[in-house]
Amino acid sequence: MKPAVWPRDEARLLQVDPMARTVADRRLPDLPSLLRANDVLVVNDAATLPASLSGSTRRGPVEARLAGPGETDRDWTAVLFGAGSWRQRTEDRPPPPELSPGEWIRFGDELSAEVRGVSPVSPRLVDLRFAEGGEALWSALYRQGRPVQYSYLCGPLALWHVQTAYGSRPWAVEMPSAGRPLGVALLGQLRRRGVGIATVTHAAGLSSSGDPGLDARLPLPERFEVPPSTVEAIHAARGAAGRVLAVGTSVVRALEASAANDGHVRSGRGVAALRISAGFEPRVVDGLLTGVHEPGTSHFELLKAFAAEPLLEEARARAEAWGYLGHEFGDLSLILAG
Amino acid sequence: MQLEGAAALVTGGSRGLGAALGRELARRRARVVLVARGRRDLDAVVAEIRASGGEAYGLVADVGQKDAVHPLVGAAAALVGPLDLLAHDASTLGKVPLRELAETECEDLARVLEVNLVGPFRLTKAVVGSMVLRGRGLVLGITSDAGVVGYPRWGAYGVSKAALDHLMRTWAAELEGTGVRFLSLDPGEMDTAMHAEAMPDADRSNLASPAEVAARVVDLAQSIESLPSGARLDSAQIARVA
Repeated sequence: MKPAVWPRDEARLLQVDPMARTVADRRLPDLPSLLRANDVLVVNDAATLPASLSGSTRRGPVEARLAGPGETDRDWTAVLFGAGSWRQRTEDRPPPPELSPGEWIRFGDELSAEVRGVSPVSPRLVDLRFAEGGEALWSALYRQGRPVQYSYLCGPLALWHVQTAYGSRPWAVEMPSAGRPLGVALLGQLRRRGVGIATVTHAAGLSSSGDPGLDARLPLPERFEVPPSTVEAIHAARGAAGRVLAVGTSVVRALEASAANDGHVRSGRGVAALRISAGFEPRVVDGLLTGVHEPGTSHFELLKAFAAEPLLEEARARAEAWGYLGHEFGDLSLILAG
Repeated sequence: MQLEGAAALVTGGSRGLGAALGRELARRRARVVLVARGRRDLDAVVAEIRASGGEAYGLVADVGQKDAVHPLVGAAAALVGPLDLLAHDASTLGKVPLRELAETECEDLARVLEVNLVGPFRLTKAVVGSMVLRGRGLVLGITSDAGVVGYPRWGAYGVSKAALDHLMRTWAAELEGTGVRFLSLDPGEMDTAMHAEAMPDADRSNLASPAEVAARVVDLAQSIESLPSGARLDSAQIARVA
């Protein structure tokens, strides 16, 4: 499938019904007509950080991509890349210099971080602690950082290209992309139809590390938070025979991780470390709105928990024939039993 | 609206009404982010609020710069959480001494509109979606009677304030029923550095103190549910309602 090479204002919507085993070609503005009163749509309201930082070390230049927040706002896991530019695919980028705990990376004049640990999985995956905290850290991160870029795009992304209409706390290091086409007006239409809108905040992580061993482990464990209002909204939907629709795979991970103990979503923070694929039985989420994913990706694997593989293969083939576009700024699919 | 624990962002926060709003919001236990172009005055206000037990942060940004908006909103939400209150207090008079429209350069008018109108539009746009999802929020536009009366020499500033009022009104109409409210407030003539720039010969003893006005504005914010969204209040109405 061809990638969308630049952010667009509209999206097509591939409607996949796992029960009826049907695939239909629709447009995003059709979404309200495909949902019912008492359904609840759960979005990830994490804003996207400018998570790519150009740095220098005693052993040479690096690009550090923040991968996820740690215990304090100064602590982050990060994936390091060697010299190069966003126009190269991550797997073609040279490896970074191998750094050891105690070494420092400088990002411009106002930001620096100490390497606190190196993962046994890959020398690219490190724990960083920034010297700065509070306003100094956040101001410097936003001045020095750039959004994570994608080699298939026709130009570099600005920070506003990778935000949803409703993001707030900057927890995501790559855009929760399924929500990007959802504007305030469409959310209003859904509400008027009686569809509930609820949120989780999920620290959506990196999609690619350039290291096959590390890529196979993506997504890494990710922090999330479920507000009490979302627990109530899901409960209300369940009580009225409504369906829970997750916007994006990050929301599926957050809700299912939150309910991992006994099937009940709980409010509060947690870490989503679960892997969702064929055979996983979702206990909270009935369906999802997501991109149009290619076989072999962790996103496609997750879809197998919601629809049989032959139907997903057929849907992907139809989408390609119909000229759907893939990747972060591509079209959407709705996988939901009618 | 409940101010205790609320997350507030105030532009123009290093002096005048913006600083006073920051102090008053923090005094009522809001978590406050103040924004200004200059670091020194901003740091002083933040330090003062913290010294008196309030929670405040300072972010340096020019709200008239397109590139500044998402970094500002992102850093603010990282520090205090999703924003509940946004106060557009930053504004520029344009070239001083004030001059008639026939003497105003097009670029100077454009710069006034960038800071006083387009900046608030961009900031609101970046914040309002999150407010709509959470079903609550308040956006305050600080305006002026120069936006109502065509005073000679106040053209650039007055045009920007008239447009800001209409921006607030239109947001209010479009988001009616979402729980997100908009209000334009004309605080009247206050004893501020901006007033001195515009009217250096004014008798300061006749001017209101920003602290008193800020207390009334924050009273209004606390009882915002009793006002129609999109309303515009002048200083007499602010005093009466508060």
